[in-house]
Amino acid sequence: MLTKRIIACLDVDGGRVVKGVQFEKLRDAGDPAQLAKAHSESGADEIVLLDISAAHQHRATLLDTVRRTASQLFIPFTVGGGIRTLEDAAAVFSAGADKISINSAALADPALITRIAERFGSQAVVVAIDAKRRENGSHWEAFTHGGRSGSGRDAVAWAREAESRGAGEVLLTSMDCDGMATGFDCDLTRAVADSVRIPVIASGGAGGAQHFVEVFRDGHADAALAASIFHYGFSRLRDLKQQIGSAGIAVRWPC
Amino acid sequence: MIAIVDYGAGNLVSVRKALDWLGQDCLITSDPTRIADAAKIVLPGVGHFASTAALSRSGLQAAIANAIGRGVPFLGICVGMQWMFERSQESPETPGLGLLPGECERFPASVKSPHVGWNQLEVAASARLFRGLPQSSYVYFTHSYRVPVVETTTANCEYGGRFSAAVERDHVFGVQFHPEKSGEVGLALLRNFCAF
Repeated sequence: MLTKRIIACLDVDGGRVVKGVQFEKLRDAGDPAQLAKAHSESGADEIVLLDISAAHQHRATLLDTVRRTASQLFIPFTVGGGIRTLEDAAAVFSAGADKISINSAALADPALITRIAERFGSQAVVVAIDAKRRENGSHWEAFTHGGRSGSGRDAVAWAREAESRGAGEVLLTSMDCDGMATGFDCDLTRAVADSVRIPVIASGGAGGAQHFVEVFRDGHADAALAASIFHYGFSRLRDLKQQIGSAGIAVRWPC
Repeated sequence: MIAIVDYGAGNLVSVRKALDWLGQDCLITSDPTRIADAAKIVLPGVGHFASTAALSRSGLQAAIANAIGRGVPFLGICVGMQWMFERSQESPETPGLGLLPGECERFPASVKSPHVGWNQLEVAASARLFRGLPQSSYVYFTHSYRVPVVETTTANCEYGGRFSAAVERDHVFGVQFHPEKSGEVGLALLRNFCAF
């Protein structure tokens, strides 16, 4: 049976892992290469490295960090942040990433999704969507530049377009829930997951095993991503997978 | 030397990284003469079956077929495994190598496609590539087409029905999943291949 993936995310700024709360308040949480390896050994199904400063500072992704992290990692490895062109993506792939994640650049130029997918395959293209509930409460808007700017696009419609342009997965972050540790946004996740045929990775709000169970069961997520709950103590990931498994969700266990 | 065949499709870095990690002497190459010299051949592949058409155009197909004929161990990964068969519904006009009989087919509409993620194998006790590994190991898949269960199947997997996760015959091996992305299980499998 295909298992639900538990993905550990490393938000990186200046070559160090940091953790934000609702896209703000950063603090240092360690070396990305060491953390990625430790997460892999404790049962993470995949690693996502997001260079969170890249998009707004308009600088290249930290290829050196990617190379160092990839060299010791033998599970899927996704890199995002600051990838604006096919050439940026190619450099990240040759540094050792298996997939790239694009957000602002895809919204600005949706054909970029197709260009990267045609060269590297759809399985290598993750479209990241940062979504925030609109004030009237009924829909979600996709945001760009690390949550700084609204795009005016409906998040569900954008996910469908991304799929049709060749995206292989959607990484969906709820800006409302991010860093709150009160659970994923199951409504948002379900709205997107039920609208596309590609896998949807839920992100933002993980605080405990029950939150993962809910987003898999009620949010129809194929995978769920978290950052801060894994950073301080690696036994948590192992325990978490065991608890999710005991709740009847198929996970890779033992790893 | 292990030749990792480069035919312009996808990303070969992760395969080389895994073989480097295992201390193997390996080379990414698109040169048929290097393939002819190789002690072992790995044919990776991600993306579309049509990309394998580059193999016959470039002389790589002849070099691979010749090496296999001489008994050189061969491992096809993902689309590389699919290419070992006769053809694929993904690109009916692109012939496979036809080393093994059979055709790659689409997943049924009852499941999401592509099949992405970690799935559990059911491994035959006789499977040489899986020597020393649990018979219900988890491995990482990402693909939209699949080889049905055939005579040469040594591991199968369930997703909208059972399909071939691994095949082997003599010194020729194929895996639908990505051993270079399947953690310790994948590394152990590659180590087994390197030992042939």
